[in-house]
Amino acid sequence: MSAQLAAYTTSTGEAFQFWVLGTVAVIGALCTVLMRKAVHSALSLAGTMIVLAVFYLANGAYFLGIVQIVVYTGAIMMLFLFVVMLVGVTAADSLKETIKGQRWLALLCGVGFGVLLLAGIANASLKDFTGTGQANANGNVEGLAALIFTKYVFAFEITGALLITAAVGAMVLTHRERTERARTQRELAEQRVREGTYVPPLPAPGVYARHNAVDVAGLLPDGTPSELTVSKTLRERGQIRDVSTEAINDLRALEQRSKERLERAPIAPETFKRPEEASK
Amino acid sequence: MNPVNYLYLAGLLFTIGATGVLIRRNAIVVFMCVELMLNACNLAFVTFSRLHGNLDGQVIAFFTMVVAAAEVVVGLAIIVSLFRARHSASVDDASLMKL
Amino acid sequence: MEKLIALLIAAPLLGAAVLLLGGRRLDRVGHWIGTLLSTASFVFGLVLFTDLLGRNAEHRTLIQHLWTWIPVEGFQADVTFRLDQLSMTFVLLITGVGSLIHLYSVGYMEHDERRRRFFGYLNLFLAAMLLLVLADNYLLLYVGWEGVGLASYLLIGFWQHKPSAATAAKKAFLVNRVGDMGLSIAIMLMFTTFGSFAFGPVFGHVDGASQGKLTAIGLMLLLAACGKSAQVPLQSWLGDAMEGPTPVSALIHAATMVTAGVYLIVRSAAVFDAAPDAQLAVTVVGAVTLLFGAIVGCAKDDIKKALAGSTMSQIGYMVLAAGLGPIGYVFAIMHLVTHGFFKAGLFLGAGSVMHGMNDEVDMRRYGGLRKYMPVTFVTFGLGYLAIIGFPGLSGFFSKDKIIEAAFAKGGTEGWILGGAALVGAAITAFYMTRVMLMTFFGEERWKNQATRSPEAPSAEPAAEHRGETAEPHPHESPKVMTIPMIVLAVGSVFGGGFFSIGDRFLYWLEPVTGHSEGHSPVSAGEVTAATMVCLVIGVAVAWAQYGRKPVPAVAPRGSLLTRAARRDLLQDDFNHVVLVRGGEHLTRSLVYLDHTLVDGVVNGTAAGFGGLSGRLRRLQNGFARSYAVSMFGGAALLVAATLLMRAV
Repeated sequence: MSAQLAAYTTSTGEAFQFWVLGTVAVIGALCTVLMRKAVHSALSLAGTMIVLAVFYLANGAYFLGIVQIVVYTGAIMMLFLFVVMLVGVTAADSLKETIKGQRWLALLCGVGFGVLLLAGIANASLKDFTGTGQANANGNVEGLAALIFTKYVFAFEITGALLITAAVGAMVLTHRERTERARTQRELAEQRVREGTYVPPLPAPGVYARHNAVDVAGLLPDGTPSELTVSKTLRERGQIRDVSTEAINDLRALEQRSKERLERAPIAPETFKRPEEASK
Repeated sequence: MNPVNYLYLAGLLFTIGATGVLIRRNAIVVFMCVELMLNACNLAFVTFSRLHGNLDGQVIAFFTMVVAAAEVVVGLAIIVSLFRARHSASVDDASLMKL
Repeated sequence: MEKLIALLIAAPLLGAAVLLLGGRRLDRVGHWIGTLLSTASFVFGLVLFTDLLGRNAEHRTLIQHLWTWIPVEGFQADVTFRLDQLSMTFVLLITGVGSLIHLYSVGYMEHDERRRRFFGYLNLFLAAMLLLVLADNYLLLYVGWEGVGLASYLLIGFWQHKPSAATAAKKAFLVNRVGDMGLSIAIMLMFTTFGSFAFGPVFGHVDGASQGKLTAIGLMLLLAACGKSAQVPLQSWLGDAMEGPTPVSALIHAATMVTAGVYLIVRSAAVFDAAPDAQLAVTVVGAVTLLFGAIVGCAKDDIKKALAGSTMSQIGYMVLAAGLGPIGYVFAIMHLVTHGFFKAGLFLGAGSVMHGMNDEVDMRRYGGLRKYMPVTFVTFGLGYLAIIGFPGLSGFFSKDKIIEAAFAKGGTEGWILGGAALVGAAITAFYMTRVMLMTFFGEERWKNQATRSPEAPSAEPAAEHRGETAEPHPHESPKVMTIPMIVLAVGSVFGGGFFSIGDRFLYWLEPVTGHSEGHSPVSAGEVTAATMVCLVIGVAVAWAQYGRKPVPAVAPRGSLLTRAARRDLLQDDFNHVVLVRGGEHLTRSLVYLDHTLVDGVVNGTAAGFGGLSGRLRRLQNGFARSYAVSMFGGAALLVAATLLMRAV
């Protein structure tokens, strides 16, 4: 094989890697789009990005490959996950379309665009791959550095300014200025009493010490969960776990087991009957 | 295998990302799709770098990453403040631009 | 000497300015200021007249150039006055009769609290009328023309608290506007034809202009004259104009302003001489109007309206004479002057009668007044004799000459026009005798009438306004009113003879208007005899109808013609049906066209775009994702376009 031919073909290993990982990348991308839960989307995207990092490496972009993993997959995707957590990790989106015709139009445009794009690439006669061997002769990082700090130095400086601006912007956006004095505990208590809402402290979450998670509502004496025990944010997201039946079933199973083992009559079944009936 | 396949892959990923932006309502997922599109572009740049045998494409891809990072920071900040204000991350909720 | 010409106009203009701007502090002396300045103008006129008399006939034209009004290249308008024999005649008539009527008004308007304003308007009228007759070009003449129109409007509507007066003023103004359009078009035509509108260049270049253009100019000038002089078909305003105070009727609507049309035609003699068709139209208008006015005058019971019909008829004589060309110009002006005297005198007499009769104007409520107001009776009687053409008095000379000239026109036209003029003379004798008999003779119909019968036409609202509906006590008017009447009566008696004997007036005016004798198929003596016969017939018929029998206090139903004549020969009905209704239909159809066609196109376009945008609006649903689809579709199109361009 001549050197010229080698320039536009790749080794069999790379071809195998492309077809396997390429498939993975496409699947990951599709999952990103189609998964109902944002957290799954984020994880799929992270997978795709790692695959892309491998492709960068295969294309001779060693620095970018590493940066892709460290910055993108490591930092940016984690930022995404963090926000997903903030917004509600278990919340699942409805994939039902609300805008009439939007999905069909989007698919039509997508397919049309994709076909045109691929046709364009196919149309371009890209046979002559030079390869990065010569460019990376002095090391990929050194080569990039030489370009960034000479030819692209202004762009680099401007991106620096952009990053700082973005950081400050994010701070400003998420920062809330307090426009009035924070009320003291005494004032808050007085207000509660005056308005006659809920005077004593709110009940704590958790049931029978079996669950101490904050999203499990405490049970009222009749066995029903009390929403008051769960924090307002979780209540609004609808992320309350109702474990009242579970707890009662557990208790009953425990009693059953202890009765079998100890051959004892139940101590006072009436006390538990009532919540059981109420939970029905 | 011809390395031009990387370009086909980039185009495919870009299209998938773009369609995702149009279909999904959750602002965070929309953002992820945007990131997917940016990454597809980066892959194309890196492939072009290999095509031409110089590192300019890689430098551009690098800048894209930086800009994407900045964009994600601001974008997520916006999503967080939106969520605080509306208790929702749906892009359709901000549909007040009509008559 | 030329310097005095501007003073002629300046004096009454100053009077108008002082009286109208001076405010109430001049209320006590305002009328005397007005009379004084009017008389001053008359004195200037007399000075200029003696100066002219001292010159040769060829040098009797004085030109005073004041300033250049519009100095534009190719369009120059000067404020220049021309005083020649024709203007001089008018100046003396206007200022002389004007001053007398000023004096008369001092007495007549004594009880009117707006007397100062009245004199201001009168002075304004004098200034405008003098500007009209002294102007050396048509544009300046137009200023005066509009000025007298304005003064006429203001004075007809002087008692504007009466709706009838306000309406009459508006009507006079509107009808005059039609004539004014004619004058302005004539001026424009002159400018395009001759490149100027000064008298000298226009008359000098008449020979070079085409017949069609001259005829058009002549007809437009005739239209203007019809409007101002109340000739058919623009005659309808004059009868209503009698709503104004009687001195106004005497000065403006009998003696001076309404004769401006005759002045215009005579002044434009050069144009008319070169356009026989226009001249024929002038004679036809004159002949029709003299009969029209006379018939209307026969049927009116309102003394002022009867006199207004008479005015219309007499101006018809003048227009007829003016249309005859050089045969008649001089006699048109002569009749104008004598008519100025006797008609002003008649109107002042009528005003005097009304003054003594609680502003009653219905002649059927007069009768036997000669005992109560002898001076008025005598002066009115002399004016009466003058107008019917009693031998020896003014009207005899001037009207006789016009009838002669009409016959001298020759051919069938001459017979028709002369015949019309003769018939007119008979009718004149009839209606004037009727007025005379109903007013000063017969039984005293004004006695024992506490209330007016509802049928009484034209009950003067001013009387009710003053709360005087009780039985009148006729009395002679004060000296300040009778003296002008006496002066005018003297003029009526001797004016015609003074002008005609020795052809003084002819020689005076001939240099301006030119004169030719014409070839009359009938001799002057025969015409005079025929006129006398007509006169006698007219008087006799009137005597038979109104002298022998008592006049009923309520007008009888009368024949179809009488009823039509009472309604001004249906002129208002004609205007209403043809012009008002026609205009309404025209505008309604235009409005319909506008609504359906023009608005249809416009609204249709708008509705089309509205509907389209209503559909397009759905695209803007507020969802960012929808917009993103558009952007993405656009991007796809761009890629397609790029690929296509590459492929091509």
